[in-house]
Amino acid sequence: MTQIQEVTLDEIRHLVSERALTGETMLLNMGPQHPSTHGVLRLLLELDGETIVNCIPDIGYLHTGIEKNMEAKTYQKAEVMTDRMDYMNTVGNNFTYCLAIEKLVGLDVPPRAQAIRVILAELTRIQSHLVWLGTAALDVAAMSVFLYCFREREMILDIMELVSGQRMMTTYIRPGGVWRDVPVEFETAVREFLKIIPYRIDEYESMLSKNPLFLDRTVGIGKISAEEAINWGLTGATLRASGPDYDVRKFAPYSGYEQYDFDIPTRTEGDVYARYILHIEEMRQSIRIIQQALDKLPLGPVRSNNYKFVPPPRSEIGTSMEALIHHFKLWTEGFNAPKGSVYVATESPRGELGCFLEGDGGPKPYRVHFRAPSFDNLQVLPKLAKGHFVADLVAIIGSIDIVLGDIDR
Amino acid sequence: MGVEQKLGNMGVVTLKLEELVNWSRANAMWPMLFGLACCAIEMMSAQASHYDMSRFGMELMRASPRQSDLMIVAGRVTRKMAPVVRRLYDQMPDPKWVIAMGDCASCGGVFNNYAVVQGVDEVVPVDVYVAGCPPRPDALIHGILTLHEKVRGEKFKDWA
Repeated sequence: MTQIQEVTLDEIRHLVSERALTGETMLLNMGPQHPSTHGVLRLLLELDGETIVNCIPDIGYLHTGIEKNMEAKTYQKAEVMTDRMDYMNTVGNNFTYCLAIEKLVGLDVPPRAQAIRVILAELTRIQSHLVWLGTAALDVAAMSVFLYCFREREMILDIMELVSGQRMMTTYIRPGGVWRDVPVEFETAVREFLKIIPYRIDEYESMLSKNPLFLDRTVGIGKISAEEAINWGLTGATLRASGPDYDVRKFAPYSGYEQYDFDIPTRTEGDVYARYILHIEEMRQSIRIIQQALDKLPLGPVRSNNYKFVPPPRSEIGTSMEALIHHFKLWTEGFNAPKGSVYVATESPRGELGCFLEGDGGPKPYRVHFRAPSFDNLQVLPKLAKGHFVADLVAIIGSIDIVLGDIDR
Repeated sequence: MGVEQKLGNMGVVTLKLEELVNWSRANAMWPMLFGLACCAIEMMSAQASHYDMSRFGMELMRASPRQSDLMIVAGRVTRKMAPVVRRLYDQMPDPKWVIAMGDCASCGGVFNNYAVVQGVDEVVPVDVYVAGCPPRPDALIHGILTLHEKVRGEKFKDWA
């Protein structure tokens, strides 16, 4: 087993200011085991009293080697790894990866599968925002919001379990469609959820939005201007809180997002409070999308019938020899994707989630790379934290909504 | 009906010291607030309103290893994280227990590669393994109850 490395001050000389070397400012280690770093993020803080002079993130404590591991698996089997990347947006990761495969091999997805994908992706967005809201509020010492948020999250997880049999790591979206059609109870379950959730979101807002203690901790903290946010490459609510209305669902619609009527909420303040308001608003917009998608959920197949890439229905295996051959080939050696590289982007709850996929003509991807929104958003943390108190740093880390699994992969 | 009627107002209970100590250890176990990956979210679910781990005397999660006696390793342990996990374990005061939550902590799970430790038992001694990827909160609670059972049957001479 490797040992914890002892680092001398000389080795981090280039990271800290001159004053740290004379002992005028204090160096403090925060994490990787810290309740408010949202995972295993480690921060090296240089403090002047309680004020942060420098904040140096150290990532990699959750580096799992997912991208490399995916190269050793066939296209279908590699999908299982994508769930475990950004574990708050499991359906969204599958979605992005499947869109990339579909673009690489040229698969068409039936309209019903597209609508189901949108519904599940938006439910996942709400679920992710609920966890964000609960934990971010917990960071600024609002205990009870956490309990309320997790109550509604269970309803979403029940729906996920209904369609896929798993609560979190569903792997329900497959290349060319979805695993199977949704069960009959699906629509009632989602409608039941849609009936309740708007009132519950109002309830969360009533606990936080005008709470003077919450306002004191969030307004004017961790500010960033629109121009800087764009230059840092931020996406998602962290960018939109500063003004730009960039959302992949509007700018480059995929999977039929263009047919739904929804807004991209923006704020101009660019502080922690603005990011909180945006997360709340985005949940409301997601509800609108789910409502529309559910109202015009088309009937029809849920998987492409291109059996070179998509396994045929099990009922056909007993009667058709071709189906049996396709089934056997797909589950033993997989399908051969053509040579070439594609990039597909979707809007994850944290920002633009991109998937770069390169095929070399064989059944396994030559290279898979994910543009993780949390990774790009985390870069800005040292800039946001500078000059604030340590207690504010906790609120800032919460507000940029990072998931360490997404950063380290 | 209960023990009160048998005792009257004597207010005295006789039992072995070992049983008393084990009973109190099992019923007020303080887990460490320490999440690594996906399983940490399900651990939070187990703590939250729907599953409510406080029914088993475990609502108090301590962020400091010095105040906790149960470590729930929730998620994949990477090579970079492994020494930190060990240090945290060493910082916990005796008696202490470890639950390996999920497939990754138990055996490496789907990640059989260069980055992930193939089971946290390479680093710290594990008392209970909970299977699942991630395990449902029910499964975690079952693991905790299994650990409680183990704690109730412990012998002083094994600690000495």
